[in-house]
Amino acid sequence: MSSGVAVDLENIWIRFGDFVAVREANVSIKGGDFFSFLGPSGCGKTTILRAVSGFLEPSQGQVRIGGKDMAGIGPNKRPTALIFQNLALFPLMKIWENISFSMEVAGASTAERRKRADELLDMIALEGQGDKYPSELSGGQKQRVAIARALCANPDVLLLDEPLSALDLKLRQHMRTELREIQKRVGITFIYITHDQGEALTMSDSVAVMKAGVIDQIDSGHNIYDHPSTPFVASFVGENNVFRGKVKEIKGNDALISTNRSGELLSRITPSQVGKLSVGDDAMMFIRPETLRLGKADASSKTTISADVINEEFEGNSFSVFLKGDGDKSIKMSVPNAGQDHISSRGENLSLHYDATNAVAMPAGELASE
Amino acid sequence: MNETVKHTAKKKVIFSEFFRNNGAVMGSLLFGLVGFWLIFLILLPQLSMLDYSFRYNLPPAEVGGPKDVYTLSNYQHLLYGSDTSHQRYNSVDLKVFVRTIIAAIMVTVFNILLCYPLAYFLGQSKGSGFVRLLVVLLIIPYWINEILRAFALRIIFGDSGLLNDVLIFLHITSEPIDFIRQDIALYAGLGYAYILLMLFPMYNVIESLDRNQIEAARDMGASWVRIHRRIVIPHAKPGIVSGATMVFMLSAGALAAPQILGGPSSLWFTQLVYQWFNDSLNWQQGAAYAMVLLVSTITIVLTVMRIFKVNMGDIGK
Ligand SMILES: Nc1ncnc2c1ncn2[C@@H]1O[C@H](COP(=O)(O)OP(=O)(O)OP(=O)(O)O)[C@@H](O)[C@H]1O
Ligand SMILES: [Mg+2]
Repeated sequence: MSSGVAVDLENIWIRFGDFVAVREANVSIKGGDFFSFLGPSGCGKTTILRAVSGFLEPSQGQVRIGGKDMAGIGPNKRPTALIFQNLALFPLMKIWENISFSMEVAGASTAERRKRADELLDMIALEGQGDKYPSELSGGQKQRVAIARALCANPDVLLLDEPLSALDLKLRQHMRTELREIQKRVGITFIYITHDQGEALTMSDSVAVMKAGVIDQIDSGHNIYDHPSTPFVASFVGENNVFRGKVKEIKGNDALISTNRSGELLSRITPSQVGKLSVGDDAMMFIRPETLRLGKADASSKTTISADVINEEFEGNSFSVFLKGDGDKSIKMSVPNAGQDHISSRGENLSLHYDATNAVAMPAGELASE
Repeated sequence: MNETVKHTAKKKVIFSEFFRNNGAVMGSLLFGLVGFWLIFLILLPQLSMLDYSFRYNLPPAEVGGPKDVYTLSNYQHLLYGSDTSHQRYNSVDLKVFVRTIIAAIMVTVFNILLCYPLAYFLGQSKGSGFVRLLVVLLIIPYWINEILRAFALRIIFGDSGLLNDVLIFLHITSEPIDFIRQDIALYAGLGYAYILLMLFPMYNVIESLDRNQIEAARDMGASWVRIHRRIVIPHAKPGIVSGATMVFMLSAGALAAPQILGGPSSLWFTQLVYQWFNDSLNWQQGAAYAMVLLVSTITIVLTVMRIFKVNMGDIGK
């Protein structure tokens, strides 16, 4: 298996009338990568995928697959295979006919098609089920058939549009691992779309986070989580506590923020914004719930937050404590369950400690709406 | 065996559910109305026609008398003609019969070919206002009485009708074409009369086809021909068959269009039936002819359904 085929989007704009669905997208996807587009509903993910698969011509810009400009090449001529949000299996064809449809198109004999379909059925652990119809399979099985059908065409790039969204949680988690394994095995480029950040983080080599048609950040899942480059990414990916304020002082890569509510707090500046934040700027600082710890009150500390408890929820593996925060936002702290009955009582004043390296500061901007 | 057991069990569930959903009074009323419809409006008239078709045409005084016995003579007449004729078979009437069936099949096929692209276009260009408008425009001519519509077509297809005027104006022909004598007007009239009954079932099924399936096939390299052959047509099959059934049955049984648009020399089988009832006042003979038409068309429909593997149940969809 070769190292896979690269996909490049260069300055892509997609407009529907006056509405701009995708704005200035520049993405280069390495061959053989598992690449995800992550963003809330309606941000233009499907639209981008349709531009790659050829169902839609971008209003402006270039799509290149394997270095080749795809302008004017229809979806039936591109080396891509698309797995639809609703799978779109053919209900009136048997499973094996579904899987081998691309070979039927290419004029392969029934025996060849059957043989290849059986191989793929083995691969997706559905051996012997080729003569069933899609309606006779479970959700997860249909899912795997859709993957096999797409792989049967030997595409260079597999495009997946939220293929797991219809499955229940357990199956979804199982399919994540399975998809990742299939991708490693076949070695082709996967472009995966999801609004579920868990999926994007666990499976992908790289993630592009989108907001209303704009790509905010392209990075590894780890970097997206630890070093978000915009307030949108920080608040959309994972859970985060936001503190608004103004920059009081800058020392190298660290900033002292004078927050609206919690006094002066120290934070590191997120790498991509180092040098772009200066004293007096409106800033936002983010601290994840799992990096907060309970400690003693210390008014002089720049890494301690004092807040009143609103309520507490038991989550099984942890407790979530909600405290009064900035404006209408509450502060969430998550404490591992080590057998305690409870962590706090309502109205109690707590001191929350954190490491400045676990906090990120950046210029103020739009947050993801919940 | 097991199948039938399951079937009756399922039926019982449907019945009890029906009464539970509608209440005892409303349920019985609905049930009674459907029963009335089935028995008095469908079954009894047909049975009485069936009975008629096996009796002699007797003067009123002898009806119910010793001469009023069952006979096959009315059916024999269609096959062999009257006793006084010199021909071996009743070739005149049989020819009309065969011609009617073939013409009805042609009208049906023509309607399928015409409606499929239209239904595809309407069904797949999802819900835009323009499409709704088109559908309404298609319905409007059907607010007009069937007979008026047929006469309107007769005017258009006439010797000095609109169509001939246009053809002559465009120098496509120098002499007016006799569309009526050529039966072109008749076929056009029949095709037009029932075209909506073909279009709407087709439109309904095609509209219910998930667009992603078409795109998925396209993504896998399928040509448009293959997409229609493998995806759209199999999906639309119940709609096509139910439309075709209605158009075929109604064309074969049409009377107004053949009366008004038919050429002087061409008879439609229903016109023979009509003549027996109305001109010869031989209801028995007419009933036999009508029965033959009914049974033949039903047989043809069932055969076609078997060939194309469509179930009765699919058609109602
Ligand atoms: N054919 C179209 N005509 C007009 N607007 C469109 C069209 N297709 C998509 N849009 C708009 O573009 C935006 C992005 O749509 P898209 O389907 O790409 O969203 P998405 O990110 O895939 O969302 P979801 O997660 O809900 O699937 C939406 O606001 C949508 O209304
Ligand atoms: Mg989408």
